[in-house]
Amino acid sequence: MTKNLRVKSSKLIDETYKISFKFNGRTYYGYKGDTLASALLANDIHLVGRSFKYHRPRGIMTAGSEEPNGIVQLHKNTSRTEPNVRATEIEIYEGLEASSQNCWPSVNFDIGGINNFFSPILPAGFYYKTFMWPSSFWEKYEYFIRKSAGLGKSPTEPDPDIYEHKYIHCDVLIIGAGISGIIAAKTAAKNGYKTLLVDEKPYLGGSTIYQNSEHFKINNQISSSWLEKEINEIKKIKNLEIKIRTSVAAYHGYNFLLARENLTDHIPLEQRNNKIRHRLLKIRAKKVITATGSLERPLIFDNNDRPGILLSSAIEKYANFYGVACGEKNILLTNNDSAYEAAISLYQKGINIEAIIDNREEIDSKLIKETEKNNIKVYKGYTVVDTSGYKRINKVSIMQLSKDGQKVVGPKISISCDCLGVSGGWTPAVHLFTQSGGKLKFRDEDQVFIPNIYPSDQISIGSCNGDFTLDEILSTVPKTLKEFLNLKKTDYEDLEIKSSFNKSKRNIWLLPSDKIIGKTKPFVDYQNDATAKDIKLALREGFRSIEHVKRYTTTGMGTDQGKLGNMHALGIISETAGSKMGELGTTTFRPPYTPLTFGTIVGRNVGEYFDVFRKTPIHEWHVENKAEFENVGQWKRAWYYPKNGENMHDAVQRESKAARDSAGILDASTLGKIDIQGTDASEFLNRVYTNAWSKLAIGKCRYGLMLNEDGMVYDDGVTTRLGENHYIMTTTTGGAATVLGKLEDYLQTEWPELDVYLTSVTDHYATVSVCGPNSKKIVSQVIPDLDFSDENFPHMSFKNTKIGKIKCRVMRISFTGEHSYEINIQSNYGKSVWEKCMEIGKEFNITPYGTETMHLLRAEKGFIIVGQDTDATMTPIDLQMDWIVSKKKYDFIGKRSLYRSDTIREDRKQLVGLLTENPDEVLEEGAQIVADIKKSPVEMLGHVTSSYYSPNLKKSIALGVLKGGKNMMGKKLIIPMENKQINVTVADPVFLDKENKKLNA
Amino acid sequence: MFVINCPYCGEREQSEFKAGGEAHIVRPKQPTELSDDQWAEYLFMRKNIKGIQFERWVHTHGCRKWFNVVRDTSNDLIKAVYKMGEKPPTK
Ligand SMILES: [Zn+2]
Repeated sequence: MTKNLRVKSSKLIDETYKISFKFNGRTYYGYKGDTLASALLANDIHLVGRSFKYHRPRGIMTAGSEEPNGIVQLHKNTSRTEPNVRATEIEIYEGLEASSQNCWPSVNFDIGGINNFFSPILPAGFYYKTFMWPSSFWEKYEYFIRKSAGLGKSPTEPDPDIYEHKYIHCDVLIIGAGISGIIAAKTAAKNGYKTLLVDEKPYLGGSTIYQNSEHFKINNQISSSWLEKEINEIKKIKNLEIKIRTSVAAYHGYNFLLARENLTDHIPLEQRNNKIRHRLLKIRAKKVITATGSLERPLIFDNNDRPGILLSSAIEKYANFYGVACGEKNILLTNNDSAYEAAISLYQKGINIEAIIDNREEIDSKLIKETEKNNIKVYKGYTVVDTSGYKRINKVSIMQLSKDGQKVVGPKISISCDCLGVSGGWTPAVHLFTQSGGKLKFRDEDQVFIPNIYPSDQISIGSCNGDFTLDEILSTVPKTLKEFLNLKKTDYEDLEIKSSFNKSKRNIWLLPSDKIIGKTKPFVDYQNDATAKDIKLALREGFRSIEHVKRYTTTGMGTDQGKLGNMHALGIISETAGSKMGELGTTTFRPPYTPLTFGTIVGRNVGEYFDVFRKTPIHEWHVENKAEFENVGQWKRAWYYPKNGENMHDAVQRESKAARDSAGILDASTLGKIDIQGTDASEFLNRVYTNAWSKLAIGKCRYGLMLNEDGMVYDDGVTTRLGENHYIMTTTTGGAATVLGKLEDYLQTEWPELDVYLTSVTDHYATVSVCGPNSKKIVSQVIPDLDFSDENFPHMSFKNTKIGKIKCRVMRISFTGEHSYEINIQSNYGKSVWEKCMEIGKEFNITPYGTETMHLLRAEKGFIIVGQDTDATMTPIDLQMDWIVSKKKYDFIGKRSLYRSDTIREDRKQLVGLLTENPDEVLEEGAQIVADIKKSPVEMLGHVTSSYYSPNLKKSIALGVLKGGKNMMGKKLIIPMENKQINVTVADPVFLDKENKKLNA
Repeated sequence: MFVINCPYCGEREQSEFKAGGEAHIVRPKQPTELSDDQWAEYLFMRKNIKGIQFERWVHTHGCRKWFNVVRDTSNDLIKAVYKMGEKPPTK
């Protein structure tokens, strides 16, 4: 039977609205407004999970997003399952099912708990030291480590939820709706700024909103009542947008921030269908006000991680906000006044406090006086040296601190308890500030890092700026806002503040123990099980940089990024190594502040929208005719057209044969097309291509090769002179955009004097390419008005003509070596021209072919494909294409590089043909080429770049790049494969029709 | 992600632009008359400064114009933007 630890109504949760939920298979009840953590604590459940390395029982420690231990898996084995959810953040809803992580078979009996007993042999760096060698064993180690560690399980089914992204532009963004954020929001919005206020919690008001003490008053009202009125007021302001459940994940330069707005995680599953789950807000703010508050620090002592040990501020929140007692016998351990605030809250609610243990010796404040008045025993100058209780704390041992705080003295006193609250003071939440590039400074008085140098138009206010007390906040924030927002006055001057908080603090990073450190377990990073002992070991082993210590001990490397313990890690390093905190600096906090789901990151870009693709105007025909598709750049290109269950090889053989024997048809619409106009167009082409262009007659086409300035082949294609000052250039499919970009670059930056205009017309034209000995018969019927005689329309020329009333450009050019024509027509007529060619070509067995056959046909002719046979290390000379490099031209892009000492080497890799000894053996593309297999190490001479079985030559053919290949014609070489060696002979890369007879056939 | 003030279009998100490396490296007028070392100096040598750097940017998804940017690489703050062919600001 579980206990009910709900003590007194809280106005912040709705006790009339009962909610049932399951934890580890058992049903429990909570109220609307509860988090999973508060509901579990109300049912007296502290043990929630096991730690990562030692599998120690762990309970809820905090009441916020900094939670390191209270981490659960939601809705196990469903499509909506989610690991690593913080119990302190998830709001309960009817039907919620949560379970513990990091434990097997159950949280109460966990086999990995045995690591706890072995912990002396699992020190810092254990994984690095042990599992690094022999490296071949890593796979085996990894298997076992993953199985027993595991941070929850990722879903295996598709995510049923919808996510989206939204851009927001505002004048002022305020992060955090605590008292400082509310004041800032009202001030900014009332002064005409378009303002956005966000807070990760489902309510506004931060920690002040559940403050209920006579000791903290504003204008004679209890601070929470005062703030409530302010909140009601800002809700009415028109130019202020308020978003709750919205956590800022990243703060980038130029005030660009990413925030996750959580819309459905708090409602029952059956109500979530068709609703957006998370919205990723991309916020560009002119000004940013960070009011992210502060996080309470734990204290570091032996066995400080048991279930039932919480931050004192968390105990206070559970009592005040949720009306939940975390224990029946509570003890508080503190080094500052905060614990007394908690004590007074508990006392008011009738929750028993056994004792307060205060590190400070000589202290006095109104809060302490009142505590003592209520007969709560305060041990001044004491500390906890140990705790006991395996699955729940049941006892603390305390001893007196020496004057210097380095030792404990006197007798050990035991006090039994079921809950221990710890308060080590406060750490400003500067994570977002540092993400933005801000520089911190260290404030010695209370040992905190606070914002110092702002990299953009932003300001930090309130406790994230180190102003922790109510009077500090209300005196500083209005002043800061006035300056930041350029105002004459605010509504917050002359407030009357009552704040009984005494700021004195006795900061000891690692509390002393009566045992030697080697015998203790003072946890610094709870989630990753890093102890003070580990940090000291790292320092002994020579690590000094905080970033190195972090990686070696894994401190701060969990899903919580060590929000609680990082300061202590720094403190211990500083004390042990004798360096100053301010000089050590902090580790880098990286986005996201709290974890994001993948769904939030990808938004709507899933399924067919993951990567949009381009379709040619003829695409639908290819689909209807069962083409298989290939991705080329962003395009979907028809790859091959299998008939009657053919496989790819058979289809390609058939298509290739048909194209050479009679007629083939290819959709070439994806080739890049750039329209070039201007009086200097010819001169421009002279400069960008390796060959000469000035003398190209109007109506003629020419193949061109484009280099980079380093002399390497960059792109190729045919360019046609349409008029005196008008050309149309074609580029490779994948290179279209970058070629245009490169040409624009030269025109605008190097040769602005040239009168040339470039326009991309790739999408404006569909290109139908018909090839083969019967191509002329087909195309001349498609375009009956045109004279197709060789005299009027020879190879490498073009005609402006019409099909019916529709203008088109016909080029007689060939990438297959066959007699062929390319019809370019306005895109929307592309499909009808294609269909007309098919219809007329029927009697010639016109065969549609895809990219694979195109590649095979051009390989038979030894034509290169840039990007397949070249890889940005091939010059035209390497490609045995010297013929296309003009010797006469004074200059062109890349010319000078063609005779650098490196590019003129004879032993560069050069393009060659390869023929296999066995004509049926087809080489693998990418296979290595060697001469001597016995030499050690084997010398790699090159590799195969293109390889096919040629149905027209009835043998295997291949292209490859080979060191000094030009001078190796006829040489026998070896292609070593996994279980055989293939003998090849170096050959001329042109395998078919060397005399180009077919072009005019 | 920074905001770049395109001299032709105005302020736009960085994602609309592409960086084009160090600015004010002029392509030699007579490359063929350069030694290998001189050509290599033009071809390969680029500065990578922590601090004020002069860079080329292009408004790829906008006006497609190239221009120059003065950027402090230590904090990404853009100090000046000016058109191709204009003199770099001295201060
Ligand atoms: Zn622009």
